[in-house]
Amino acid sequence: MNSVMDQTTEATPEQIRDNKLYQSMGLTDHEYGLIKDEVLHRLPNYTEVGLFSGMWSEHCSYKNSKPVLKKFFTKGKHVVKGPGEGAGIIDIGDNQGVVFKAESHNHPSAVEPFQGATTGVGGILRDIFSMGARPIASMDSLRFAEPKTDADKYFIQQIVAGISAYGNCIGIPTVGGDTAFDDAYAHNPLINVMSVGLMDLDKIEVGAAAGVGNSIIYVGHKTGRDGINGASFASFQFDSEHESQRSAVQVGDPFEEKLVMEGCLDVINNHSDALIGIQDMGAAGLVSSSAEMGSKAGGNGMELDLDLVPQREAGMSAFELMLSESQERMLLCVKAGHEDEVLKVFSDHGVNAVVIGHVTEGHNYKLLHHGKLVADVPVDSLASQAPVYHRESEMPEHLKNADSKQYQPKITNPTETLKEMLGQLTIASKESIYETYDTQVQTNTVVAPGSDAAVVRVRHHDKALAITTDVNGRYLYLNPRVGGAMAVAEAARNIVASGAVPLGITDCLNFGNPEKPDQFYELDQAVMGMSEACEKFEAPVISGNVSLNNEYDNVPIYPTPMVGMVGLIKGLDHITTQDFKQAGDAVYVVGKTEPGFNGSQIQKMQTGEISGQLFNFDLDYEVKIQKLVTAAIQQKLLNSAHDISEGGLITAIAESTFGNQLGVDLAADLTVADFFSESQSRFIVSVPQEKQAEFEQLVGNDAQKLGKVVDDNHLFVQANDGYFDLDVDKAFGIWKGALPCRLK
Amino acid sequence: MKFAVLAFPGSNCEMDLYNAIKDIIKEDVELVSYKKNTLEGFDAVLIPGGFSYGDYLRSGAIARFSPIIPALQEFAKSGKPVLGICNGFQILTEAGLLPGSLQKNVSAKFICKTEPLVVNNDHSMFSSEYKEGQLISLPIAHGDGNYYCDQDTLRELVANDQIVFKYANNPNGSVDNIAGIINKQGNVLGMMPHPERAVEAVLGSDDGIGVFQSIVNHIKSRGVIYE
Repeated sequence: MNSVMDQTTEATPEQIRDNKLYQSMGLTDHEYGLIKDEVLHRLPNYTEVGLFSGMWSEHCSYKNSKPVLKKFFTKGKHVVKGPGEGAGIIDIGDNQGVVFKAESHNHPSAVEPFQGATTGVGGILRDIFSMGARPIASMDSLRFAEPKTDADKYFIQQIVAGISAYGNCIGIPTVGGDTAFDDAYAHNPLINVMSVGLMDLDKIEVGAAAGVGNSIIYVGHKTGRDGINGASFASFQFDSEHESQRSAVQVGDPFEEKLVMEGCLDVINNHSDALIGIQDMGAAGLVSSSAEMGSKAGGNGMELDLDLVPQREAGMSAFELMLSESQERMLLCVKAGHEDEVLKVFSDHGVNAVVIGHVTEGHNYKLLHHGKLVADVPVDSLASQAPVYHRESEMPEHLKNADSKQYQPKITNPTETLKEMLGQLTIASKESIYETYDTQVQTNTVVAPGSDAAVVRVRHHDKALAITTDVNGRYLYLNPRVGGAMAVAEAARNIVASGAVPLGITDCLNFGNPEKPDQFYELDQAVMGMSEACEKFEAPVISGNVSLNNEYDNVPIYPTPMVGMVGLIKGLDHITTQDFKQAGDAVYVVGKTEPGFNGSQIQKMQTGEISGQLFNFDLDYEVKIQKLVTAAIQQKLLNSAHDISEGGLITAIAESTFGNQLGVDLAADLTVADFFSESQSRFIVSVPQEKQAEFEQLVGNDAQKLGKVVDDNHLFVQANDGYFDLDVDKAFGIWKGALPCRLK
Repeated sequence: MKFAVLAFPGSNCEMDLYNAIKDIIKEDVELVSYKKNTLEGFDAVLIPGGFSYGDYLRSGAIARFSPIIPALQEFAKSGKPVLGICNGFQILTEAGLLPGSLQKNVSAKFICKTEPLVVNNDHSMFSSEYKEGQLISLPIAHGDGNYYCDQDTLRELVANDQIVFKYANNPNGSVDNIAGIINKQGNVLGMMPHPERAVEAVLGSDDGIGVFQSIVNHIKSRGVIYE
């Protein structure tokens, strides 16, 4: 990539062909042939090759994942907009829509963690407000290797600092997320950001440009040489020989984004007559936003004069201007005659805005630079006619002869094993991360980070939104299909435990190289599993993002489709948290405990790896258990509810004691090992004494009473073959202190 | 009575303040742009938190040169209540309306959590609803909240009873655990914690209501009200 960009004079069309220079921009021989022989019927010039390399990258075209994404369950009676636009929209009543989407920023963050993280946050926010929604909350789903060296620690701290710097400054609360540690993410960490917005449903905007003569307006930061062809960069895999790819990373400016956001929302809300379409300049910058806008409108062409594009640096080429990923930029299509009205709005907000082109007759996308036509290609060829690849799929070797026998934990001292478990970074408190995020700005955060799902109330209405992110890549590594279903199911359990009903999901599909059949298999199977679960929970996929080629020196990450789920809480008095509330409440486990050890935290903790066949999962049973818990919450029978996940039942019990420092006195007909099983479809709940009869009648045999909450700050749990016995404050100390200690 | 909430480019708590006054305190309130040059018609001025101008320079250092600032200085001189919260506190020190300055937290990190505060002065126009020594819980959310002043200034603050709120467990390294101070005249309060984030029990605390209610009580007891 660098060898091309570093040239001061651009290669001629013949040189590009003869020296296969297109390869270093990310196009294959086959793709170059398509452009030359079937789209243009001539040799493309340097700028044109650049346009295609950006637009036909996986990041923009989904050329490897499109056939897979078609399998997603996307329907639902409340879906206002499904996948395809900047973000999806779901109707939540009262003429309100919730808008959400997630995006990965893995590759830029791996190279420059602070800026990679900031621009990840900035990019997803633009997707939300370009729909006409005001962002109300952000979430972050992070995957790191276990920190060992100072460089590892620095990396994690810089990612967190980047998220904190951007979200805090722009004034959108970062209300939660999830962070897990596994060496499968060494060299290829995952930084996924989700944003949620709220809008009036009569104000929907789409990214389309229609009507000959209408103007294309450029808004926001000037274009510089940062992030040139980053979309294509994001679609490469890393290896140890290409460590220096910093030029493809962008730099974030949350203050500018705040001004751009306020300006755009002002135009959308108060000047909708003037506005035809609006789109974020994200991946592949100006070419992507303008070509997509032109192609979606259909039937027209577009002409841009690049000399009018605000530029930060002198002497930028057409290629650089079109493929720069400078941040905090938007593209608008505005009705002819209304330009000054819109330009004035931005000027009032202190934001740079300028007309750079027009919608034209015909179907071609034309770029002028220094008075010369530097590109002339059919607009659809860029945006919607990228080749689609149906990749081969083959079961990975490690799944072929996997042992179905479940791992048996070795426990001689249950209390010591529990203490060790609470100190595992994936289990331990993430407070030292989230206390650097402004979780409360906008004053709607009812449940801040630390419980199963974050809860943000809808001001002036008796309702709230629950938001969570989840996925356990270890489960998917052992069975991508079942693991994919489990990711959706666990997200739903989080949503249900908070008192909500699932509305829908967004996702970041973080996978390896789709050209390798065993890695493509994981993507394909995972999507099928996720889709099956989404259908069962009536939680359609309304938006998402694909991040492929997450491998380093040919070793892929665990398949990690991050699920971001939003649920609706239909009354503020349904809001439930995981903390035990008062001594005397009865503690129940809802759902049956089965051996679930392959892929579990205890297997990893005790053997250093995960192996064998993933344990069983029954989606119908999961739905049944979730509905029981929802019914119990809506009938106001529960004082607390907590999803049982990594670390098993005993971990969930301990976590429930921490918030109010209450103890428990419990017993169950289980072995101590069973207490670490991660079998799905379970909750730990507490029920006030006077509600116990009603609760037991509701749940029947699907819940077992374990004992009660006590106020002596002591956790005591009797199993068949031993017991757990630990002071709550001691357990809390281990759990809370583990992460800051390891990051010191 | 009528509150003004100033809005600078990059402010991000102005709507939180606006909503707190309108929905909870139930008084008139209006957003006032930094571009305006008068505060006529208002009984009290609130300066919100956020990151004015991105806080890329010293926090509040650029906002201090906004067109509204001379009007604010005038307003303060007239003796009417001015409350700056978080970035608003930083702007007040930069504008010379309060002594001292706000440095980076000792942890060098942004901190967002609910902190216990001790009411140190219960007879100011911002704290009469509380009792001296009372423990209240207010959220903090700042990277530059570490209050600093020299020893002479501190002696003066103590002597004049200008320290209104102190942290019970100093989270950011502030001199003498200072969380909020008033000017000598007593009508300008700067505080790092966010009382506007603590006006509804559903959001975790309503201990912040007292700050706004104290202002209302002060104005109404004086009988000079702009309706």
